[in-house]
Amino acid sequence: MENNTLDIIVCIKQVPMVSELPWNAKTGTLKRELAQGMMDPASRLALEAGLRLQRTGQSEDRRIRVTALTMGPPMAEEVLHQAVSLGADHGVLLTDRKMAGADTNLTSFILGRYIKMFKPDTGLVLCGSQTSDSETAQVGPQLACELDFPAIGWASDIRLSQRSLIVTRLVDDFMETLEMDLPGLVTIDQGAFVPRYAGLAGVARAFVSPKIDVVDADRLELDSDFNALEDSPTRILDVFSPATQKESRVLKGAAKTVVDQLFTDYGKIISSAMGKDLKKE
Amino acid sequence: MSKKSTGKDIWVLGDYRNYFKNRVTLQILARARALAGKTGGWVCGVVFGHDVDEYAREYIAHGADRVYVIDHPRLKSYGIETFTNLLIGLAREMNPDIILIGATRFGQEVAPRVAKHLDTGLTADCIDLDIDDNGLLVQIAPSFGGNLIARILTPKARPQMATVRPGTFHELPHDNTAQGEVVTLDLPEDLPTERVRCTHSEYRPAKALGIEKAEIVITGGRGMGSKGKFKKLFELAGLLNAEVGATRPVVHAGWVGHEALVGQAGKHIRPKVLFSFGVSGAIQHTAALMDADFIVAVNKNPNAMMMKLADVAIVADANQVCSGIIRALKEKIRD
Repeated sequence: MENNTLDIIVCIKQVPMVSELPWNAKTGTLKRELAQGMMDPASRLALEAGLRLQRTGQSEDRRIRVTALTMGPPMAEEVLHQAVSLGADHGVLLTDRKMAGADTNLTSFILGRYIKMFKPDTGLVLCGSQTSDSETAQVGPQLACELDFPAIGWASDIRLSQRSLIVTRLVDDFMETLEMDLPGLVTIDQGAFVPRYAGLAGVARAFVSPKIDVVDADRLELDSDFNALEDSPTRILDVFSPATQKESRVLKGAAKTVVDQLFTDYGKIISSAMGKDLKKE
Repeated sequence: MSKKSTGKDIWVLGDYRNYFKNRVTLQILARARALAGKTGGWVCGVVFGHDVDEYAREYIAHGADRVYVIDHPRLKSYGIETFTNLLIGLAREMNPDIILIGATRFGQEVAPRVAKHLDTGLTADCIDLDIDDNGLLVQIAPSFGGNLIARILTPKARPQMATVRPGTFHELPHDNTAQGEVVTLDLPEDLPTERVRCTHSEYRPAKALGIEKAEIVITGGRGMGSKGKFKKLFELAGLLNAEVGATRPVVHAGWVGHEALVGQAGKHIRPKVLFSFGVSGAIQHTAALMDADFIVAVNKNPNAMMMKLADVAIVADANQVCSGIIRALKEKIRD
């Protein structure tokens, strides 16, 4: 930490709006190229945690700077603009074809390399506990290994003390209070905070002075033959849509018609599960 | 100790906190037993703690050939950096072919760090595991937001690592006569100082939300339309004596609390009848409801995955059908 400045890096990710993904019924595959991107909800909570620390922990003696960091295709810059509009001081996009297809091991390697090269004085890294598109909960702890930072997962509350961080979390039915030395890394649990919305001033700021840095493989001095997809220890063998295991009975028509049909044919199953008799019409 | 290892050993990390509720280690041992039948390796449990003999014996009774134990007063309370370090050290020494870890919070903390330090791959939340013709571990897990299932290999790096959610596999019956070897190891001297210190810990079991045991469950997705309309499901639940669950988008939208989440990251349900309204059917959600005996799904999109898993697939507006069932039930329930 230089001159009593605490640098917080919040790792965020752009994810597809899963529930809105257009599905190709014929082939059973996703039309991913049509998918709209949004900031991963867990990342948004991590950003919220960082902004709250900035508000409550900043004083005359200590300045707190919040940088949003993401890796992804060029379009992922959108979530950095959003982060700046919400209050982040800067945004950084790591983007390069060579970084595409990274698994969690390689993703944490690339994020860690950026932080070590460009933000060596980082005091705190915040991540979402798990992203909504892959839900692995792996990048946070693996990034901590890259940086040799201590780390705590699934925080529901964080507080700064002098040189350490006090974290509360509920895991595996244990409510814990933990104290962690800084620099360190924390992942924020789902439901920990209600995230803020961007005010008009924030949106204006994000457009007028976006403060976004774009970093490619060369600036990270990655090997010339670096290829995240090839270098990842895991390989996707194939991908398939889940087998349909049931011969479904399909009911179509007006609501009234299908409801009547449902009770006529399956009323017994429903009433038996309810433990109550149902009148027949 | 007889032979050091077979070179094909399958390790299962012993997760014994909260033992009677948390059966994930036993469930994974059962699956490891089946995998070892194909590779010829041993199934090895790994236990760190203090006074943990009983767990070692329990793991043998549930399918382990061998259990590695490090028993020391310093390990009485769990420290993430210590436990991670012990597993990394042991793995470097013994070279297991596969390490499987239960996806409790404990396992989800340990597994990625161990994988990172050993510079190997890790697949989270596998819904199935298999061995292919080349003897590689096939890690079968949800991908692309749960709309698809991927088969994942770790071709070169070792060990091959995966985590598995509780409830994915079934434990083997307890066998008192099972033979196995307990290998007790010393605590290494060069353990790191914990940079994370636990100052307070309190057992706080989740309130028994009836949903995991309910005979009838109603789940709702974004297809319900809005927070206000979603509330209708609670009226229906009152009539059916049912519990209400939700998908992740609904929870994220704030229509209901996180405790209602049905999915790998939430509740696992086993109702006699499941009504599913406006749910598209991401695998993380459907994996937690496949034990339902009878599924009625309502969705405008006949191709939604949830519709294909249903016994009765109603192609209609979820909201209108919900209202229709409420109306019908009010007439049909005898006073």
